[in-house]
Amino acid sequence: MVQFSLPANSKVTKGKVFAAPAGAKRIKKFQVYRWNPDTPEVTPKIDTYEVDLDSCGPMVLDGLIKIKGEIDTTLTFRRSCREGVCGSCAMNIDGTNTLACTKAIDDVKGDVVKVYPLPHMPVVKDLVPDLTVAYKQYASIKPWLQSNSPSPAGKERLQSHEQRAELDGLWECILCFCCSTSCPSYWWNGDKYLGPAVLLQAYRWLADSRDEATSARLDELEDPFKLYRCHTIMNCTKTCPKGLNPAKAIGQIKQMIVSRKHG
Amino acid sequence: MRPLSPHLQIYRPQITSVLSILHRITGFALSVGLLLLAGLIISAAFGQQSFDLVRGQMSTWYGYILLMGWSWAFYYHLCNGIRHLFWDIGKGFELSTVTTSGWAVLLASLTMTVVTWVYVVQRSSIVSELLSNANVQ
Repeated sequence: MVQFSLPANSKVTKGKVFAAPAGAKRIKKFQVYRWNPDTPEVTPKIDTYEVDLDSCGPMVLDGLIKIKGEIDTTLTFRRSCREGVCGSCAMNIDGTNTLACTKAIDDVKGDVVKVYPLPHMPVVKDLVPDLTVAYKQYASIKPWLQSNSPSPAGKERLQSHEQRAELDGLWECILCFCCSTSCPSYWWNGDKYLGPAVLLQAYRWLADSRDEATSARLDELEDPFKLYRCHTIMNCTKTCPKGLNPAKAIGQIKQMIVSRKHG
Repeated sequence: MRPLSPHLQIYRPQITSVLSILHRITGFALSVGLLLLAGLIISAAFGQQSFDLVRGQMSTWYGYILLMGWSWAFYYHLCNGIRHLFWDIGKGFELSTVTTSGWAVLLASLTMTVVTWVYVVQRSSIVSELLSNANVQ
């Protein structure tokens, strides 16, 4: 259901301000979304942390780690690899979804860095969104190789270079869900629409020359909500921190469905 | 209960999403415009008096603003619809192409609107000239 405004328990108000230490010259204000499940009756707040950039690493994640380490240990966020391959630190920075570890603080214009959790998701705590539904949707497309024919004895199933190249631009996806949570269609119908991240994965298996379940996979996807809530808005491709093209993958699924009918 | 993280409130408007919602808004506006067109035709069926009344309303300053808005909505919806057709055949998905085609659609729709109204204004001044000439004679 389309609801443009936030429910009453989700409305955001101003929170605390943590001033920079005296003598700090290059200050950037991190305005960070806060919500604590231990006090669920308190609505979400935006806390402001003044960070001295002269003693901080270059990335937004460095800023968050500095805040947690030196200013406010209660700040909660996910992070792991710090080099854009794990997808843990996906969040909304300066109005668009990206990975905190690959987003440079200097790339944010002005003196304020706004940091929110991935949009339109239930919040577990602070910058940590609940991805349960998204992961269930991922499982629903059966993201594994399906094949009835026996594999060559003692060998893996081989692909030509061309067949392997079909998977480029698909396998690199790290499932950070920046794209799905940038999609207005996913905001309004996220319970039934699979969203760009999961559909790109669905196409990854449709495009795999070794997979033999193409027909069954397309049957599953041919649904007014699962696939066709994509209206080619293109926010997904615009925001992907890995430079992938979920919208194109979805377009290719739609084409496969049309061409098997009339092919 | 867990709060819902902010979405529309905080997401920076993107060329992608703004043009997309404009496609919907212009589509809706065209439906409303069609009602007005139907109203004009229906009023004609009731005779000259009612026709002049509706036509008079369309010739006011707000009438012209609405008509110009509708003509832009028509051209935008048309051009962006063609952009969608290209996507439907699997072309133009690269981000650079999406940005270029988006600006092109905006520019084309505005140009077509301006050209249309320049033409309309010129023609109507020609018409009034002809009329005044006829009156003199």
